[in-house]
Amino acid sequence: MTPLLTLEEVDTYYGAIHILQKVSLHVNEGELVCLLGGNACGKSTTLKTALGMVSPKVGKITFAGEDVTKKNTSHRVKMGIAVVPENRRLFGPMTVLENLKIGAYVRGEADPVDLERVFELFPKLKDRQSQLAGTLSGGEQQMVAVGRALMSRPRLLLMDEPSMGLSPRLVEQSFEMIAGLHAQGISMLVVEQNANMALSVADRGYVLQTGRIVLEGAAGDLAGHDELRRAYLGR
Amino acid sequence: MSEDTSKLGIGTDEWVAQHEKRLQRRSGALGIVDLLNQRVSNKVRYSALGVAAIVFGLFVHNLYLLRIASNLGVFLMMTLGINIVMGFAGLLDLGFVAFYGFGAYAYALTSSSQLNQHWPTYLSVPAIVIATAFLGYLVSLPSRRLFGDYLAIVTLFFGQIFIQLVLSSDSITFPGHTDSTDITGGSNGIPGLDPFKLFGRAFKSTSDYYWLLLIVITLLLIAVVRVNRTRVGRAWRTVREDPLASQSMGIKVNNLKTLAFVVGAAIAGLAGAIFAGIQSAVFINGFDIPLLTLIYAAVILGGSGSIPGSIIGAFVMSVLPEILRVQNYSEFLFLAVLVITIGVIGKNWKKLAINIVSLIAIGYFVKALFSLSHMTTTPTKTWAIAPVSKALQYWLVLPANRIVWGNMAFIALVALVAYYSIAHEKIKPWLLPIIAYIAIFVWEDRLVADASTTRQLIIGAMLVVMMIVRPQGFLGKTRVEVL
Repeated sequence: MTPLLTLEEVDTYYGAIHILQKVSLHVNEGELVCLLGGNACGKSTTLKTALGMVSPKVGKITFAGEDVTKKNTSHRVKMGIAVVPENRRLFGPMTVLENLKIGAYVRGEADPVDLERVFELFPKLKDRQSQLAGTLSGGEQQMVAVGRALMSRPRLLLMDEPSMGLSPRLVEQSFEMIAGLHAQGISMLVVEQNANMALSVADRGYVLQTGRIVLEGAAGDLAGHDELRRAYLGR
Repeated sequence: MSEDTSKLGIGTDEWVAQHEKRLQRRSGALGIVDLLNQRVSNKVRYSALGVAAIVFGLFVHNLYLLRIASNLGVFLMMTLGINIVMGFAGLLDLGFVAFYGFGAYAYALTSSSQLNQHWPTYLSVPAIVIATAFLGYLVSLPSRRLFGDYLAIVTLFFGQIFIQLVLSSDSITFPGHTDSTDITGGSNGIPGLDPFKLFGRAFKSTSDYYWLLLIVITLLLIAVVRVNRTRVGRAWRTVREDPLASQSMGIKVNNLKTLAFVVGAAIAGLAGAIFAGIQSAVFINGFDIPLLTLIYAAVILGGSGSIPGSIIGAFVMSVLPEILRVQNYSEFLFLAVLVITIGVIGKNWKKLAINIVSLIAIGYFVKALFSLSHMTTTPTKTWAIAPVSKALQYWLVLPANRIVWGNMAFIALVALVAYYSIAHEKIKPWLLPIIAYIAIFVWEDRLVADASTTRQLIIGAMLVVMMIVRPQGFLGKTRVEVL
């Protein structure tokens, strides 16, 4: 298998504060990788670094074989990275349809085929396309956020805490949806605090702790790892 | 459990089906406005406006009215421009009038004896638009990383730098010369500009400019409405709503900000050139903060980001001061606004009627009180000039010392209005006719006498009321917070 995304020994700073310390990870084509860790350990920063919203001081980032370390976010989105941001970050006063179309921004005007695909995945959104995104419920906003990301036909989907702010049942649905997208062959890097849920759908996982990767392995191995269970799974 | 809810299965999604029902309907006068607002499509509105403008141009030959209409046209171009920069892209650009001034001065310098340049209009106007756009680009460069207040400060300084530059460029000594050159005319401005020469004719009358403005604004409106629907328009709005999320969608936020700046500047530059042509002179004091506040007030009043809103805002801000100049018009306007305000606050017809009846009763009551206390009143002859005043004199108290009484009543009015905003719901209906009465009293006894001050006061009061009643502006969308 060829790696789609790789981070090699990446060091990221926010001003003087050293956030990521020699973080190396990769996501293979078609793989679902989860990135676990507690609060403020650099999970979101890793995603932002991969997306180019934050640039690393040291290290190399490649996507689909190309060195993208110095490329901006727009370039990377065009290459096929899309993100479902933390808290979904929809454009509230714009309609659902406009939000979806924005997802296709880098491709030009939105392709009706892509829209149909999103509506097939989330039939509810079809009824609500003219509703303002800010008036939707949390679960529906999640659908719009995922749909918006899919509109750019991504090869790699980055998801930042998909379970945040959702009811337990919606968290379950959310992960069913993630598993479904994975089954369709979309590669994903999912950042999550809910380690149980994440590991149940992932192929592999990494564990971040204060900016360092302290553990990595197949999802099944991680789920059975004693130290990890004590730290994150509460058992 | 009511009939409606009992039919619902648990967990079914009725949100969309009930959407119409759940829309809150307003009753009374505002309800009708709301309903009309929803019924009429934008196409109909724009067409009606266009027809009205053409009819106006064909049948009105009054120079004063044409002047007002042309000023409105220039003002409208500015509000449409600022609506792109602030309304669409969300950039608080306080240097906007400097681009307008730059356009005007650029026209003056290329079409007058000041520098002995008399460029043909076909050359000067496009050159000015391009130059202003480039200036907009330059200003946007240091502002690329700025948003909100920070951007406002930087652009505000740019505006002031422009004014200082123009003021002090009346005696510039170039290297190698001993005598100084007057470029901008300083505070004296530049008079005697060439008129526009387009379509094979020199623009001699205001009417020529009126038709030019009509064409320019029509094209501008078509362009703005279209852009708003394209991906660039959408992307601008995402930059306004959430620049970070926008960036993560692959949108080049900085480039879009620059683009908004450049487009806004180009429109302002064109407006400035046309304005200079109409005035056939330029003076720097026309491009300062007062104009900026009026333009922003227009956009905010109409609803930031709404194109029809910008048009309404421009109308109010540019035509209203002219109406308020004439006592007779201003009287009618004042009473109309007062009745509408009571109607809006009263929420339905019945309450409106009660309020007006009590208002009339209060008037006679106070008049009776005054005559009982044998206070002298002004001889009505000297006071009642306008028909409205003539009608009101049998009802309204007119104390001998009107200025003093008026001043005191004005303070009381402000205090009462402030109290009204925090008063208990039970007290409010009682307060309303009293406030209305004092407002009429202040208006007739004090404000009418000082037309110039009153105009400012009215516009200010209007904005305050608007921001309380409808913070999103007349046609603005309600902000929806995503959490």
